[in-house]
Amino acid sequence: MQDDSSFRALADLAAMLRIRFLEEKITELRKQQIVQGSVHLCVGQESIYVGARGALRDEDRVFSTYRGHGWAMACGVPAESILAELMGRETGVCRGRGGSAMFSAADHGFYGENSIVGAGAPIACGAALAARVKGESRVALTAFGDGAMNQGGVHEAMNFAAYLNLPVLFVCENNSYAELTPIADTVRDADLYKRAAAYGMPGVRIDGNDVAAVRECVAHHAQQARAGKGPALIEMTTQRLVGHYYGDMQGYRPRGEVAEARKREPIVRLREALQAAGVGAAELDGIEAAARGHVEAAATAALAAPMASIASVREHLYA
Amino acid sequence: MHDETRSVQRVQLSYGKAVNAALSRALAEMPDTILYGEDLAKPGGVFGVTKNLQNEAGAVRVFDTPISETAMLGAAVGAAMCGLRPIVEIMWIDFSLVAMDQIVNQAANVRYVSAGRLAAPLTIRTQQGATPGSCAQHSQNLEAMFAHVPGLRVGLPATAQDAYSMLLAAIRCDDPTLIIENRGLYHGDEQSVAIDGPIEAVGGAHVARAGSDLTIVSWGAMLGRALEAAALLEAQGVSAEVVNARWIAPFDWDTLLASVRRTGALMVVHEANLSGGFGAEIAARVHGELFGQLRAPVERLGVADCRMPSAPHLQAALIPAAADIARRAQRLTRVI
Repeated sequence: MQDDSSFRALADLAAMLRIRFLEEKITELRKQQIVQGSVHLCVGQESIYVGARGALRDEDRVFSTYRGHGWAMACGVPAESILAELMGRETGVCRGRGGSAMFSAADHGFYGENSIVGAGAPIACGAALAARVKGESRVALTAFGDGAMNQGGVHEAMNFAAYLNLPVLFVCENNSYAELTPIADTVRDADLYKRAAAYGMPGVRIDGNDVAAVRECVAHHAQQARAGKGPALIEMTTQRLVGHYYGDMQGYRPRGEVAEARKREPIVRLREALQAAGVGAAELDGIEAAARGHVEAAATAALAAPMASIASVREHLYA
Repeated sequence: MHDETRSVQRVQLSYGKAVNAALSRALAEMPDTILYGEDLAKPGGVFGVTKNLQNEAGAVRVFDTPISETAMLGAAVGAAMCGLRPIVEIMWIDFSLVAMDQIVNQAANVRYVSAGRLAAPLTIRTQQGATPGSCAQHSQNLEAMFAHVPGLRVGLPATAQDAYSMLLAAIRCDDPTLIIENRGLYHGDEQSVAIDGPIEAVGGAHVARAGSDLTIVSWGAMLGRALEAAALLEAQGVSAEVVNARWIAPFDWDTLLASVRRTGALMVVHEANLSGGFGAEIAARVHGELFGQLRAPVERLGVADCRMPSAPHLQAALIPAAADIARRAQRLTRVI
């Protein structure tokens, strides 16, 4: 295991583990009521963020959903400032104004979560439009769930990007549930990627739990978009291993579904692949321990930070 | 940006041509502006307001869109976050209702929720009001709905000068701003408009006519009727001061309160229906600030709480005319 792809795979594993442990830490803090309110975790979907962001350039821009902690981490937003944000600290990435479901960090190319299903898609078109007008080569990636494929704004955005030939990647994280309802129960044709054809753009479906496949596919379509060939829709199949939100009892999921999904989840898969390729358990355990330590240190620092200043609560409303 | 060395010129322009002049100047002087909307570029707009602008600024910066208000406004939010100053036309304010998410949930939140790390300096140009024959989905006056949303700025130009100056102020402003024009004013008489001067800041009311017996505050198409009413009142021996509010968010309380302190009485006139209209906010504020100095309770005159019919004579039965304003003002001064 000395070639580039194996180094990349080890880095991917580390990045996915950091996201996984961040989400586990947030779960713990939520149980303790240190984090309050709605929390949407991305456990089981980490390969999408790590693979997709890894295929983009630093200058590119990402617009995610409210299930966005993983996207933020993949964009390089420090775990400490994410955790501090969720805890309402002054050091939070948005000084406690965004919370779990609506923070952003534009200086990392993370243009933010969005708590309105599908609303990021038209906004990403605007980012791509700005790049076009300014003569820049940036790509905008907008991620949304399978449920968002039934939002009017997403359809409008796909047509808008297509008619203007904008460099937008529409990434559908299809975890098979539109919130608590199976996507297949609310559409006649569950092959969501096929809708791209209606807008005259490429549409593909890939295994979202395969981090290398995600990277390869996003790299291809980003390159096409950058070359002026317009937008694409990439449907990435995955499964969330937790509820839609913290506290979701998931009574709507068939018995055994999550247990089955755990066998195919991205971290387990990559670890098994690396082991099969000859990476020792000790090295893999070391990567895991480092990721855990990274998140623990971030949590300690975030907890030590002061609460966001009440005196500043009305700041930032207007220029 | 703006060339401050250009000197002020006075030209004769209709309200609609004043809008065109402001857009033309913005596109020429601010390279980060783009302008788009339905039927806006090649056709020049359904009211002819944006004629020739695509020829002036090019098809990359001025273009026609699909009938997709959510995509148009969402793209404006994203483009503004990424360094442009988009100017989007929503053809009728009634159409903004299909895309309220991008205005209220998205644009208005960008700066605050990011703690100032992002901004959304976009301008939404739209128009409202009833005109003879316009249906109930093309005649609403929705300014109070937007003024209710913290983070937005809302202006309603009533004169050709305001149509020019307020639009440039909005485009230059670093916050999401709605300019609600009135289509009944687009093709009115030409007025003297000062162009090419310094771009003013957003906000600020004007005293449109000085008076001493009562203050009438209005905006949009009703300002003209309020001024007509003031002329009728003068003939009846009543001196009405008329304040052109111009911006309702932020509202210029200083100018209005100073006027009401002088006259001791206030009437608000708007084309929006009465309940929940911005006049209610003005009445509440003025009662709170000047309770002991008012000679009578604040009077509000708007359209009755009703849907807008299409037939012109039915519309006229609902919308206050100059004579209605004068009559109500007379009643108010008699109470005094």
